[in-house]
Amino acid sequence: MAEMVLETRDLTVRFGGHVAVNGVSTGFRRGELTAIVGPNGAGKTTFFNLISGQIAATRGRVLLGGADISRKSAADRTRLGIGRGFQMTNLFPDLSVYENVRLAVQAQQRKGGRILRLAEADDKMRDRTVAVLDRVQMGPEAAKPVSTLSHGDQRKLEVAMLIALDPAIYMFDEPTAGMSPDDAPVVLDLIAALAQDRRKCILLVEHKMDVIGALADRIIVLHNGTLVADGDPAAVMASDIVQEAYMGRRRADV
Amino acid sequence: MILKLLSGDRPGSVLLSLILLAILVALAGAPFLFDGTRALDTAARICVFIVLVASYDLLLGYTGIVSFAHTIFFGFGAYGVALSALHLGRGFDALIVGAGAGALAAAALAAVIGLFSLRVRAIFFAMITLAVASAVAVLVSQLSALTGGEDGLTYLIPKALTAAARYGEIPTVTLPWPGADPLTLGGQRITGKIVNYYVIFSGALILILFLLRVVNSPFGRVLQAIRENDFRAEAIGYRVVSYRIAVTVLSAVVASLAGALFAIWLRYVGPDTVLSFEIMIDILLMVVIGGMGTIYGAVIGAVVLLLAQNYLKDLMETAAAGLGDIPLAADLLNPDRWLLWLGVLFVLSVYFFPAGIVGRLRRSRT
Repeated sequence: MAEMVLETRDLTVRFGGHVAVNGVSTGFRRGELTAIVGPNGAGKTTFFNLISGQIAATRGRVLLGGADISRKSAADRTRLGIGRGFQMTNLFPDLSVYENVRLAVQAQQRKGGRILRLAEADDKMRDRTVAVLDRVQMGPEAAKPVSTLSHGDQRKLEVAMLIALDPAIYMFDEPTAGMSPDDAPVVLDLIAALAQDRRKCILLVEHKMDVIGALADRIIVLHNGTLVADGDPAAVMASDIVQEAYMGRRRADV
Repeated sequence: MILKLLSGDRPGSVLLSLILLAILVALAGAPFLFDGTRALDTAARICVFIVLVASYDLLLGYTGIVSFAHTIFFGFGAYGVALSALHLGRGFDALIVGAGAGALAAAALAAVIGLFSLRVRAIFFAMITLAVASAVAVLVSQLSALTGGEDGLTYLIPKALTAAARYGEIPTVTLPWPGADPLTLGGQRITGKIVNYYVIFSGALILILFLLRVVNSPFGRVLQAIRENDFRAEAIGYRVVSYRIAVTVLSAVVASLAGALFAIWLRYVGPDTVLSFEIMIDILLMVVIGGMGTIYGAVIGAVVLLLAQNYLKDLMETAAAGLGDIPLAADLLNPDRWLLWLGVLFVLSVYFFPAGIVGRLRRSRT
């Protein structure tokens, strides 16, 4: 079995009296796609925020390749190879699609400090940006301001920005939420293609069980901030705790 | 070639290009196109303020940082030149040393303010700059032994830059003109004052081209990303606080250089001319009227507001005289009420052009 590239040890965060993530210790391997499931409010997104550095842990540690990164900023964790996607679309609204991706490419190529060169004159950045846009089939939309895009295209762009960062660890937070049945397969195919690349470690928060069944190598279940199940997809999905959690959620949704 | 000088930043509208070209020609030829010292003084002020406002646009328009301390950095450059001209003598070396020292001091203060306050929320930074601006203004007026207090400082600049230096005359050229009078050009005396003006003009031009380069560089694009969504800029790997501090320092240095140019032109610095809060308000008005986040907006905003401040009174005098018979209208256009009309113009421009003049012109293209 491949080594753990990303580990959490007793990871905990408390907001006032509410413990959103409670003592989660687990690890993620290269070449493995792990789905993180659980009902709304289970702490999945908060767990993501702790790993990618948007919020600081009250207790516990995050290890990347064995090194403690718990005190690093979100920017530094991204530079170390953790690519984080967001559930709520979180882009640069008044800039063009091209510029959004180019900014991610520029970050990945570490060129943000260049002050006397022209951003547009850099062939290496342009080629990579065009390649990423082609990969999500958004070439024709390149010049549009992001604020004019449909929701589905914004979600695709969100994925494009992650790909542009070329991280070792991909973190997708409900990448197909609210997407039309036409658009969703484009994103899911991209994730499947990334999963084929056995050097990448992929974390996926997702609600749709068919998506998880098709993509995941492993499932972990969070419930009230605690890790309650971990293992092979078929076994976890059949377990009592998942049946209870998901049946409960489904009933509430209807 | 021109596009390369502009760092590929197209004005983006034919009308805007024509206006900018007209401003460039008018400023480049100001000593010969307009009569009188007042016109030349206005042109020099416009050059200085274009740079000052553009450097503020880098903060407010490009990065979304609100600062009230911009005049302080402007003042550092101006006082730097004044003090070194007073103490080091009447040479060009004194001007350069003064400008350099002012820029260093501005950079250091900006870095300290940034380090202490840019980590926290934006409003906190704005309040800190307000406090620092007040503190520096009080210090400058209290330390009168050094700064001349409220009276300011008067000093000598190299003779080559004053009206006392003569460099000859422009030969008179008479062009045949279809009509009664032939057109006569030239004949002006070239004095050191005109050379001084061209020092200011070329300094301003270089600084504006530099700023255009900065905003179109990879660094400048990160600033815009931070303005749009600082959370996401951080999440894709940009250390937002470092960029904010860097741009605060850069903007302070450019503002201080504008102050140094102003001091070379005026041969006088005082709290009212370089540090006052009125100037801070003017900068804000210019950047908003011209259009934030465009650099070109700073050019247009500075020209419009300075022309209005300097010539609206005259215009109203003429208009009031023309309307002499009509009681109410003439009263409304009384030159003493010019500030009222300036206010009306400002409200109208913000109402009709919320994205500024440049924003409006760019939009009308599509």
